[in-house]
Order: sequence, then C-alpha cells, then structure tokens
Amino acid sequence: MKSFREKTIKRAVGAVAGVALGMAAMAAQAADTIKVGVLHSLSGTMAISETTLKDTVLMMVDAQNKKGGVLGKKLEAVVVDPASNWPLFAEKARELLQKEKVDVVFGCWTSVSRKSVLPVFEELNGLLFYPVQYEGEESSKNVFYTGAAPNQQAIPAVDYLMNDVGVKRWVLAGTDYVYPRTTNKILEAYLKSKGVKDEDIMINYTPFGHSDWQSIVSDIKKFGSAGKKTAVVSTINGDANVPFYKELGNQGIAAEDIPVVAFSVGEEELSGIDTKPLVGHLAAWNYFMSVDTPENEAFIEQWHNFIKDENRVTNDPMEATVIGFNMWVKAVEKAGTTDVDAVEQAMIGISVPNMTGGMAVMNKNHHLSKPVLIGEIQEDGQFDVVWETEGTVPGDAWSDYLPGSRDIIADWTPPIKCGNYNTKTKKCSGQNF
Amino acid sequence: MYSFRKHSVFFSLLILLGLCGFSLPAVADFDAAVQALNSKSFSKKADAIIALAETGDEKAPVVLQAMLDSRLYYRKSDRRVVIVEKIDGGFRLADAATAQPLGEAGRRAVKKIGINNKLRGLLRDTLARLSLTSKDPAQRLAAAKIMLGNVNAATKPVLAEALARETDADIREVLETAAAMSDLENDDRTVRLRAVRLLDGSLEPEVRNRLNRLLEIEADQEIAAAVQQAIKSIEFKLKFNGFIETVFFGLSLGSVLLLAAIGLAITFGVMGVINMAHGELIMLGAYTTYLVQLLMPNHIEWSILVAIPAAFMVSGLFGIAIERGVIRFLYGRPLETLLATFGVSLLLQQLVRTTVSAQNVTVENPAWLSGSLEINAALSLTYNRLYILLFCLLVFFALMLILKKTSLGLQVRAVSQNRAMARAMGIRSKWVDAMTFGLGSGIAGVAGVALSQLTNVGPNMGQAYIIDSFMVVVFGGVGNLWGALVGAMSLGVANKILEPWSGAVLAKILVLVFIILFIQKRPRGLFPQKGRNAEN
Amino acid sequence: MILGRFYRSDRGGAFLLAGLFVLAVVVPVLNLAVPESSPFHLSTYTVTLIGKYLCYALLALALDLIWGYCGILSLGHGAFFALGGYAMGMYLMRQIGDRGVYGNPDLPDFMVFLNWQELPWYWLGFDMFWFAMLMVVLVPGLLAFVFGWFSFRSRVTGVYLAIITQALTFALMLAFFRNEMGFGGNNGMTDFKDILGFDLQADGTRVALFLASVITLAVSYVICRFIINSKLGRVIVAIRDAESRTRFVGYQVERYKLWLFVFSAVLAGIAGALYVPQVGIINPGEFAPLNSIELVIWVAVGGRGMLYGAVLGALLVNYAKTYFTAAFPELWLFALGALFVLVTIFLPKGLVGLWKRKRDTEP
Repeated sequence: MKSFREKTIKRAVGAVAGVALGMAAMAAQAADTIKVGVLHSLSGTMAISETTLKDTVLMMVDAQNKKGGVLGKKLEAVVVDPASNWPLFAEKARELLQKEKVDVVFGCWTSVSRKSVLPVFEELNGLLFYPVQYEGEESSKNVFYTGAAPNQQAIPAVDYLMNDVGVKRWVLAGTDYVYPRTTNKILEAYLKSKGVKDEDIMINYTPFGHSDWQSIVSDIKKFGSAGKKTAVVSTINGDANVPFYKELGNQGIAAEDIPVVAFSVGEEELSGIDTKPLVGHLAAWNYFMSVDTPENEAFIEQWHNFIKDENRVTNDPMEATVIGFNMWVKAVEKAGTTDVDAVEQAMIGISVPNMTGGMAVMNKNHHLSKPVLIGEIQEDGQFDVVWETEGTVPGDAWSDYLPGSRDIIADWTPPIKCGNYNTKTKKCSGQNF
Repeated sequence: MYSFRKHSVFFSLLILLGLCGFSLPAVADFDAAVQALNSKSFSKKADAIIALAETGDEKAPVVLQAMLDSRLYYRKSDRRVVIVEKIDGGFRLADAATAQPLGEAGRRAVKKIGINNKLRGLLRDTLARLSLTSKDPAQRLAAAKIMLGNVNAATKPVLAEALARETDADIREVLETAAAMSDLENDDRTVRLRAVRLLDGSLEPEVRNRLNRLLEIEADQEIAAAVQQAIKSIEFKLKFNGFIETVFFGLSLGSVLLLAAIGLAITFGVMGVINMAHGELIMLGAYTTYLVQLLMPNHIEWSILVAIPAAFMVSGLFGIAIERGVIRFLYGRPLETLLATFGVSLLLQQLVRTTVSAQNVTVENPAWLSGSLEINAALSLTYNRLYILLFCLLVFFALMLILKKTSLGLQVRAVSQNRAMARAMGIRSKWVDAMTFGLGSGIAGVAGVALSQLTNVGPNMGQAYIIDSFMVVVFGGVGNLWGALVGAMSLGVANKILEPWSGAVLAKILVLVFIILFIQKRPRGLFPQKGRNAEN
Repeated sequence: MILGRFYRSDRGGAFLLAGLFVLAVVVPVLNLAVPESSPFHLSTYTVTLIGKYLCYALLALALDLIWGYCGILSLGHGAFFALGGYAMGMYLMRQIGDRGVYGNPDLPDFMVFLNWQELPWYWLGFDMFWFAMLMVVLVPGLLAFVFGWFSFRSRVTGVYLAIITQALTFALMLAFFRNEMGFGGNNGMTDFKDILGFDLQADGTRVALFLASVITLAVSYVICRFIINSKLGRVIVAIRDAESRTRFVGYQVERYKLWLFVFSAVLAGIAGALYVPQVGIINPGEFAPLNSIELVIWVAVGGRGMLYGAVLGALLVNYAKTYFTAAFPELWLFALGALFVLVTIFLPKGLVGLWKRKRDTEP
C-alpha cells in the first residue's frame, strides 16, 4: 500500500509542475500571437452544418497569416468541440475566454447555443461573431450578428411572394423552437397588416427531425385547393426538410402549384438531397453560391483549394463568417489593439465587400446591412436568383411587428450605449454589466 | 391548379384547338421569337414563349423543352440563344433557332436563360398543348384537367364538340364536369339547376369553389337549395375520403415502425438481446443503398432491387460479427447486452462518419417510387408509401415462413425455448445464435433500404428509430411476431388519428404515455408468451 | 473510533470521502486566495468544471443505489435529474425579475415573447427559495412514486422496466420541447443573474456552489452507505438476487423497491438542482434518452454495486470526455464505444472490480 501512496504523491507533484510549466509556456506564446477561438460543434447532430464553418474560420486564419497576420502578429486558431450539447457550449466558451484567453470567438449555430454562451461572453467581456440567420430580439455588447435578422430574410421573401407571385393564402410551417416561433409571429403580424385574413393563414409546428409528413402535407394540399394562390413559408429545420420535400413531391405538389420558400435550406443542406422534386421551390438568403461576381468566384476557388474537394459547396453562413472575420481584422487594425472594448467601438461603421456585390456595413445595433436575394432551387442543387432587393437592407435587432419590441432599439454608440433601449420610456433594460 | 390568369383566354383557346385537332398556323418569324426568349424580365419571356408556340414551327417544342430543362443558354459574345449539352469543362453548343452546331465553349462564355415557377408552369402546359396532336389519351386527359380551371360560359360550345368526339370514358367524365361548370354561369335557370345536380358529389376542388361562389350570388331559392345540397354531399364524400386517407397514413407509418422493429422482434424477442445497435444496422442498410446507387449510376431504377439483398448481406454480416465478437459473452445478462451494443452503436456511427462522411448522403428515388396513385380527385396514395406497406408485409410473411417452415426456424425456436434441451438434441446452438442474430440484423438492413426512400441517410439516422422500435416490440409482446405487426399498425393508426387535433408532438407524447400505462396493465404486451419459460 | 470502523468496513468509501475533503479545502484556496498570476491559481472555469463532475457523480450514485443494489435498471434517471434542474431553473428565472430582456417584473422573457398575460399556476411560489428547494425534492420524488407504484405493483421488471423508463424520459423530453408547456421550449432557461441575492457570476458564489456540491455528495454517500449496511439494505440486496424468494419469505418487495426508487429519484433531482446554477442553462436536451444511457455507462465503468465505484466512474468518464473532445474529437466516439464494449465483456464489475480483484489475489 505504501508504495502506491508514494507513487500517487509523486504523480500529483509531477502533474502540478507540468500544469504550471504548460501555463507559463502558454503565457509566453500568447504574447506573440493573436488567438482566434472557434466554437462550432464537430460532433453530434449539429456537426453536419457547423464543421463547415470551423473550416471556413481556419481558412481565413490561414489566409490572413499568409498576408502577414494582424498588427504584425500571427493569428492562432483555438478549436474546441461543444458536441451539439448546449450546456457544453457555455463551458467551452468559458474555457476559450478564461483558460485559452482568446481575443475573439467565431461560433454557434443554433439560437439555444447562442443563448447559452451569452452570459459567459458578457461576464468575461469576450467578443463573439455569430454567423447564422436568427430570430432577432437581441443585441449584446459582446456579440456581432453577421447572419440575417428576420427583416433581412423573411419579410422580403413574403413581399416577393405577395407582389410578384400573387400569393393570397399562407401556410407558415416550422420546427417548434424559438427561431420559427418568432419568425412566424412577425410574419403573421406583417401579413395581417397587409390585409390577409385569419382564415387565410395556417400555422403548423413540428418537432425536430420530424419524418412523417403525410398528414401535414395532405393538410397543406387541402388548404391550397381553395382557389387562391397558396404558398408555404418554411422555417423547418435541417434534417426534417428532406422527408418534407419528398412528401410534397410524391403527393403531387409542384413548385408551380404551391411554392415553398425556406429560410433554413441552403446549398449545404441540398447537397444531401435528391433535388429533382424540389426544383422551383424557393429560398431567401443574403448569399447564393451561384451569384456571378469576381469576389464570389475567388472565394469559391479559395474554399476548394483549402478543403481540397472541388465538389464542396459554399453557403450563406460561410459568407457571414467571412464577412465577420474580415470586419474584425479591419477593426483590430483600426483600433490598433485586440482589446475588446476598443474593437467593439471600432467595429461600428466598418464595411467590407459582400460576395454578391456591394458593401456590407456594421450598424450601431451590431447587425449588418446586407442585400437580400431570393433563389429558386435547380436540379444541380444550386439556386437561380429570381429576385433581389435594390441596395442593402439594414438588420433590425428588434422587430417592428411585435408589440413587445416595437419601441425598442439597439444603439451601441454614445450616448445611448444600450442593446435594449426603449425609445418611449427612455430606459435601458436587460443588460448584464 | 392553373393560375396564370393573364393568359387564360389564350390557353382556353389553345386547349380547345388542341382538343378539336386543329393545327396552329405559322405566323411569326421563328428566329425572332426564339431570340426574344433571352430577355431580362420574366413577363417578357412569358410573352416570348407564347409567341413561339403560336409560330407552330416544329422546332418550337425542342426549344421550349430545352428551356424547361435548363439547357437553353445564350452566348455572351453575340447574345445568340443556344441549346447546350454538358461536356467536360464546358458545353457543346447548337443554335436554338437553326439547330446548327456551333462548336464548344467554356463555362464562362455562355449564360443560362433563367426561368422561374411561373415560366416553368407556362412551359409545361404549352408543351402539353403542342404535343396534343399525338392523340395520346393521357395527354388529352391532362389537357382536359387543366381545362377545369379555365371554364366559363364562352367555352361551352367547344366543350360540347370535344365531348361529341371523345370516346375515352375518363376524359369524357372530366369534360362533362367542365361543361357543367360552364353551365353554372348560364342565364337559364333550368340549365343552371341541371348543372348543379350534375356536379353533386364531384370531388374536383374547383367544383366546390365554383359552387361556393354561386351560393353567394344565386337569387333563385330552388337552385340555392340544390347548391347547398350538392356542397353538403361533396363535403360528406370529402370527409369519408379524408378518413380513408388517415387510415392509410396510419398504416403507412405503422409499416415504417414495423420494418424498423421487426428485426428487433427477432434479436430482442426471440434471443433476449437488447440490441441498441439495431438502429445502426438500419443505417448500414441505407448506406448500402447509397453505395449501390454509386456503383450503378445509370440504372437507378433497378438499384433498389439490387440494394435489398445487398443490404441484407451487409447488415447480416455485421450482425454476425457483433454476435460473435460481443454478444456471445453476455448471454443470460440482457441488461449488459444493452451497454455493450450501445458501445457498438457509437463505433458504427463513427465508422460511417470517418469512412463515408459526416454529411447526409443523397439516395435517389427511382421514378416508379415517385408520385402517387390517384383514386379520385380527393384521394391519392403515394407510391413510395404504398410499396413500402406491401414490402413490409412481404418481409413479415417471409420471416414468418422462415421461422415456421424451415429447419433453421425450427432450431431457432427450439434454442429460444430451451437451450439445454436443444443442444441435447444435437442442435449447434452457437451456430443458431449467430444465424438468428444475422437474420434479425439483415432484416434491419432491408428496413434501411426502405427508409432511405423516405428520409435522410446520415450517420445519426439509426437513433431516430431505436426507441420507437423498442416500443413496438414491448407493446406487441416480446417474442411474438404477430404482436409486432398488430402493435406497429395500431400505434401508427392511433398516432395519425390523434395528429390532426393534437398536433404531431402531442400525438407522439400521448402514444408514449399510453404505452407506459398499457405495460402496467399488461406487463407482457398485447400477445404475451405463454408457458413456464415466459415467467422468469 | 467511528472513522476507523468506517475505514475498515469501506476502504474505497474512506478514500472517496478523504478525496472530497481535500477538494473542499484545496479548490477554494487555489481559486480565491492564490493570485491569478501564480501558476498554482485554479481558474473559475476549472472550479465550475469540477463542480459539474461532482453533480454527475451524485447522479451516478443515485443510479447505482437502485441498479447495483436492487437490480432496477432505470434508463430514465436523467428525467429526475432534469426535473430537479428545472425546479431550480424556475427559481433562478424568477430571481431575474425585471432585469430580463423585456423588463417584465413577473414574466420570464420567453413568456412575454409568447404573449402570455400572467404566470401560469405551476410557476407560482418559485420566487421563494424554500419552495423551489421543496419542489426540487418533491417533483422527482412524486413522479418516481407514481411511476414506481404502478410499475412495481404490476411487477414490471428488468428489460420491460428499462424500456418504459426510457419511454418516460422520451415523452418528457418531447413535452418540454413544446413551447406551449411554459418551460421555455427548446431554449429552456438561461441567463440567470443571482441566487439568494448573490451574484451567480462572482467567484465567491461559484466556489460556494462547488462546496455545496462536495458536501451534498459526501453526505449522500454516507446516507447511501448507511442504507446499504442497514437491515433494509440487506432486504434490498436479497430482492436483487432473488425477488420471488424474498417475496415468499414474506417481505413486501414492492414497498422496498418503491421506497428506494423514490429516494434515488430525489437524489437525482438534487444533483440536477446543483448542476443548473453551475452550468448556467437547463433545457429539454437533459431529458434525452441518450444521456440516461450514458449515465448507466458511467456506473458500469466505475463498478456497479459499489457506491464509490459509481462516483469514480462518473468522474473518470467525464474527465476523459472533456480531455478527448478537446484533444481528439474524431477519435472520441471510437474510444467511448470501445470502452463500453470492453468494460462490459471483460470487467463486469467495472474498474473498481479490477482493483479489488488485484488486491484480493495479492498475498
């Protein structure tokens, strides 16, 4: 027994010394590089989507280092795997900020993962770039939202269907979580403000990964046979889309009859689907791989070279990641430091080129101004743009169509400096610092 | 369903001309019409398509078909409209208007003439019209159906003429409905009344819409009453069809559950192994389908038939390997097989993730598994569900046959009832164990082939089915195949009957709660195993 | 004296308690007293991480009590853990008050957002700490009581019980995912501010929560050990080994099982309540059947039927998970899968069994 105990003590001492040495080494290294944290799930259910974004950040870091880094220092990516587990997101965020002491984090996909890490970023004053379209109703000092807010995706899509396609009856179908709930609430209010009656709106929620769509598609078909042009606005999440579109095709609903406009279906999702029955259905994004601009061509080539696979596609969250990264680099150079407060102030007003032409601008509310495109799905899994906004649309953190947030604005410049400012009561609420 | 009102007059005319067998005179300059397709605005393109159809040129269908298939491009250098054919690194071009070959061009030298949904619908209908002279009854039927959406008082005479020429009973029925619908706008009340009576019970959605509209404006009491009567009977029929549809949906969901569970009914029910890797064996079957399709890209139609035995072999072999490598050490400890096979399921998932890809893969649907069988205008059964229902029953009875009529089946039953006695009779119980597990796993693989036609194929797909499968087996009664059949079908139908009024999530919760309560009442399921052996 | 006897009767347990004591002293000192610049400083990240492991260990202890000693395999113990967590989450949610995004003094943000006008009845009382703590114990306990009463009375055992407990947690997961339920749907509850008036993000509060976890684990361990060593414990083991025979001897098997099941569920609920303020979020993902299966694996790896084995298993597997997911995310599932297979086949008594066997064979 004695020998065992001795061994244990020796080991413990060794371990402590090892940790101490490691920390010292890390501290020394931290002075030479700027650390970029990557917080995307590499395993679990979200790995399908998020792995691509991790690779995108690594590609950008690599490219920036080839250009000589930032402020004369090399960038160093720190990748962790929150494994699609929401509490683990908070834990890994803390690890990145507290243990690894990263200067900026690119990460999160789902709303719940963002909500889970938000308190951590605000407590430790970190900097997060969130690259996915989301439900809005949020603006944090420590987060920059480079994906679309509802007014940059949902409302233009509905406008297009209403004005250009002549849709009179609406099915709002979504997965039961916060993004579809908010989007549908905003859309319902918006449609009613345009004079659409209650009986012409059908709302339906399904669980994650729903695979038996027979009854719902049959209901949609009946709903659509009332003699008015009908469209489905789909906020159905990832995996559930494949059986949904298959069922639509099999029950004989073509895009010409009842078009489906989706906000969560992009090139990456389509690459796992037999796209024949989907041709003509729509999606609204700020970016499509098929857009023909020199910037986009260069980006696709860079991606193919980095990932060493000519068949990989690019998509909207990737563009949002790239825009976020480029903006951060510009802001750090403008501020001359990676200090979070300085970079946060420098970010506002920064503009970088979009892949689809024009410039993306970071607004006072930490959301971007971007163009909105609507595309129709083609047989090769790409989108053909059929409509786009003239110029850019500024992202709206707080929707104008929800009663609770109509009077709220986000403005991170003095004198307001608040993400949740009520213009009527002149009060700022919900801040964590 | 045709909704392109702006051109509906033109279309009615076109359909009628087609139905009556006239041919359109060539009027406009064909080349100009083709070049007009290359326009920025979609409405101009629509005008150009109509103009092109009106030329009556025999090359027009070729150009329109190319446009529909996204093969119509224009050359950037001289804006000439061309039809392209994909080759390595670019396209081979042919002039759309003259059909002259124009050599090859790089991907950037040409640009596609985009179409949208409106144009796609327009193109499809125009093409159907233009090929109407082929005398194909199916195309005449399609044209007549499009007619239903576009009738008015003015179309009546032509409809009557078409009716007089038509001999096909199905087409006649559609035409008669259309004629009656046009009569609804007639000024003569007796004609209107006769039309309403004729439409009584018709399931075409357009008929109901028209009757509803008529009800709002009809001043004549008698007709209004008749209309009300007609709508009532239509709605009754719709309800009846809706009920049949719900039952079909339920049976179809049940067949998916049964397919997923039936392999488990063997490994769990007969052998007492809690196989948590069952879902992954289903996944392997689905991936086998994917690989088979990769190997025979030109014969997608037949790939499913090849995939069924292939998936059976692949999953079966994996199953035998799992049995020999892991499970044989754990007989008599069912709860521990759960832990070990859970480990196996993680290994298999990660194996697929590293060797194939973490992304979902595309499994194509053969044409014969797409679309639906139309019973009437309100009820159609999708082919893939129908085939899977039949396939599931086929698998079920084949399995029954194996267990009841073959010597392997006899040995399986003997070993599951009394291992020691079976061995004393000279049965190689280890071999039987491996074969039984292989059989159960192989059937899981076959289920994977069927599921690949319905849903995503990815590393996680197995997990979606494992809990449901266990529920089915436990609900039906462990060790009883009939129990699995009845259990799966009743759970499926119950789920679908609940769904309309409770929503999909609540329906599922209610079914789960029902199973939990049911097990309290009958701890051994619907069809408990009888005999002393079942008591421990 | 008592300690000495305890040490002799339960050597593993004595090591465990000693280890917990060391943790309780060293961690707060290294975190609070040692300056951040020192290499010996323990970051709050690590403190919270260890706290989380300890909650898992408590959960594993609860499962081992019924599985290892009474042969009841529950594949739904995560449900009790999550219910305890939700009760705590509801308290923390009410503590936010008007500091939420929408500034509503009564309603949590997700209710304002779904246009709820007033607090549903089942949220009443959760603004009081004692009430919430009562619910942490009562809700899992009551569910376990009702569920166990039905199941044990109709003699649902073994595999059947395992599968319906799985159905239970699956049904609860689907239910909590529904936004209409009033528990925050998929997002669950997060963005907590303070507990009992103390700022949740302060290092002191975190250390206090950590200490609470250590103490709860130690106390629970002692209670479980006491139960097992009492006469009650012997009946329970008898039920595991021969249920019918115990029944024929005249014991009311159902009552013993029910009592133990409820106690185990309460422990799981407490573990959940300690877990939530430390990780800062509770959502329906905690109900996932996979979590409950993983929990069973911890116990099996550590060694079931030995309380300290379960604790050890939970700590080891979770540490390995943290390490591997950071170092080799690709290999992690291979390693985990292989671990399960190998442990079940070769170490039916878990890692502790390996150590015990070695010690027993030594002269």
